[in-house]
Amino acid sequence: MTVAVEPYLRARRAEGRKLLVPYVTGGLGKHWLEVVRAVVDAGADAVEIGIPFSDPVMDGVTIQEASQRAIALDATPRSILNEAATLDVGVPLLVMTYYNLVLHAGLERFAAELAVAGIAGAIIPDLPLDELAPWAAAADDSGVETVLLAAPTTTPERLLALCERSRGFVYGVSLMGVTGERTSLASQAGEMGSRLKAATDKPALLGVGISTPQQAAEASQHADGVVIGSALVRRLLQGGGPGEAADFIGSVRTALDES
Amino acid sequence: MSVPVRGGPVHLDPPGPEPTGLGRFADFGGRFVPETLVPALEELEAQFRTAWSSDEFRDEYAELLGSYAGRPTPVTECHRLSERLGLRVLLKREDLTHTGSHKINNVLGQAMLTRRMGKTRLIAETGAGQHGVATATAAALFGLDCLVFMGAVDVERQALNVWRMQLLGAEVVSVTSGSATLKDAINDAMREWVASVNTTHYCIGSVMGPHPFPWMVREFQRVVGDEAREQSRAILEGADPQMVVACVGGGSNAMGTFAGFIDTEAELVGVEAAGLGLESGKHGAAIARGVPGVVHGMRSLFLQDEDGQIIEAHSISAGLDYPGIGPEHAALSASGRARYESATDDEALAGFTLLAETEGIVPALEPAHAIGWVAREAGHSIPAGTTVLITLSGRGDKDAAQVAERLTGERLQ
Repeated sequence: MTVAVEPYLRARRAEGRKLLVPYVTGGLGKHWLEVVRAVVDAGADAVEIGIPFSDPVMDGVTIQEASQRAIALDATPRSILNEAATLDVGVPLLVMTYYNLVLHAGLERFAAELAVAGIAGAIIPDLPLDELAPWAAAADDSGVETVLLAAPTTTPERLLALCERSRGFVYGVSLMGVTGERTSLASQAGEMGSRLKAATDKPALLGVGISTPQQAAEASQHADGVVIGSALVRRLLQGGGPGEAADFIGSVRTALDES
Repeated sequence: MSVPVRGGPVHLDPPGPEPTGLGRFADFGGRFVPETLVPALEELEAQFRTAWSSDEFRDEYAELLGSYAGRPTPVTECHRLSERLGLRVLLKREDLTHTGSHKINNVLGQAMLTRRMGKTRLIAETGAGQHGVATATAAALFGLDCLVFMGAVDVERQALNVWRMQLLGAEVVSVTSGSATLKDAINDAMREWVASVNTTHYCIGSVMGPHPFPWMVREFQRVVGDEAREQSRAILEGADPQMVVACVGGGSNAMGTFAGFIDTEAELVGVEAAGLGLESGKHGAAIARGVPGVVHGMRSLFLQDEDGQIIEAHSISAGLDYPGIGPEHAALSASGRARYESATDDEALAGFTLLAETEGIVPALEPAHAIGWVAREAGHSIPAGTTVLITLSGRGDKDAAQVAERLTGERLQ
């Protein structure tokens, strides 16, 4: 059953909980659905499912490699959505992908396929606010919530417009750069979170470069929660399965709960 | 305008038309980039629009094109080639510019904008290495830091240009992601730009990428077509060439050339890389075989599989080894104002040797596709006696070793 993103995250936030949204590359190995279930059991409040694209310009080496590997394993947008449709994990599911795959499928068709698969939201990092309208219309029609990204370079006026149009939550990019692990939390993360919290009442999450339980706890002081991608995907690329994924996300959950 | 002559002043025609809306050429173009880059592209668009209408900027740009890049370049009438083909062939000689290709026209303009925006560093992608060399050259001239992304496959086949870039003070990054060619170099350059946009300008080398690049790069390259039009008229007693031909990878030399002839009666022909043949699947013909998509910040035509994953291009020439094409070309193809043909690796090699033997000019492998196509079609789809202007976008020194190995089967020592 589809769980809508924004009401769910708002309710969790109202309980005083910091939100945790892991990212899993769809089709990465035969256990990827088990990985999704495992991170939910370990305390995820929603899960991003990556639909891999050949040319992911917002992604660093880890998710590039995961994308290539999944594509080499014959993962397609269709196969991933068909498999995701069998997930019934009780938290919202979103896809993260690039606009070409959406456009190639057809905007209305893709939005409808998400809805049928029980996917509540979509994150498309190369589709900025200015180019959003055609997709947003299709997504709205199918009840798909489109999460927009804000960046440290986003101007104050633009930030307000972004927060207004974003659905589900607002995704704050916590550093200048693409996805990938970093040794410490970027200096821009705190300001990004504070700017989002001042601009909107919607759930505000920080992501990109948040790599450890400690960094997640630190970032969550400035926002409603965090997105964790590369740090989890690296463990999967190194041969980790649902158990390792649950251990890692569980450790992030604990750090957030204790912060 | 008076006829441009080598050693004479560089004259710039008035600016050409802007795209409509957010960088649209009919259904193509746009600005599909991560949010981080949007403010920088807005600033670049505003700065370019202001600069390009200011006499001060245009005068300095024209002066640099003359005193540094060696413009105007001549149009050469090719008597022996014409006799061989039964046509009247003129060549616009971008091979005679400083650094040996048309790429210098664009990088000088973008380097001036970089300085104007207070940025201190240039990054660039390169396929054949010509744009990388040109960017490294402009960086040296303007005292800017320079980082060039080049696919590992291209680093191998264009070793001389790698060394030239390093000599000019640039750092060259060998890109191993994806197919390790031009498209992947662009991906990595965009990723680097996302991380460094506050201090760095991404000097895109063709009429591609997010708005304003397709428009801006066409404007910095239109001097090629504007000069060629006046020079051709001087040779052809006031007439325009009946056909204007240029090779197309991303499409900057072709777009610069076409811009000068768009308001004439000339038939405009872009020649894409057919690689091992269009039916082989090993080619770079985005107009012939591509479908609409959004990659590298623009909506255009791209080689894709049935799911929308981008397919690796193939061409003997690194500069045409790209699975997409600039959005204005996609629009010109859709409207029918230009048509797009293709030449195979073998036809390009035939063009390479033909121009060397008949005119004493060694072309780069990229424009060798245009020459090869004209040679193939002369007396067939191009009627005997037709006047044809071909843009010779660059010289062939960089390709000499590769072609020698291909033609003789032995590696040069």
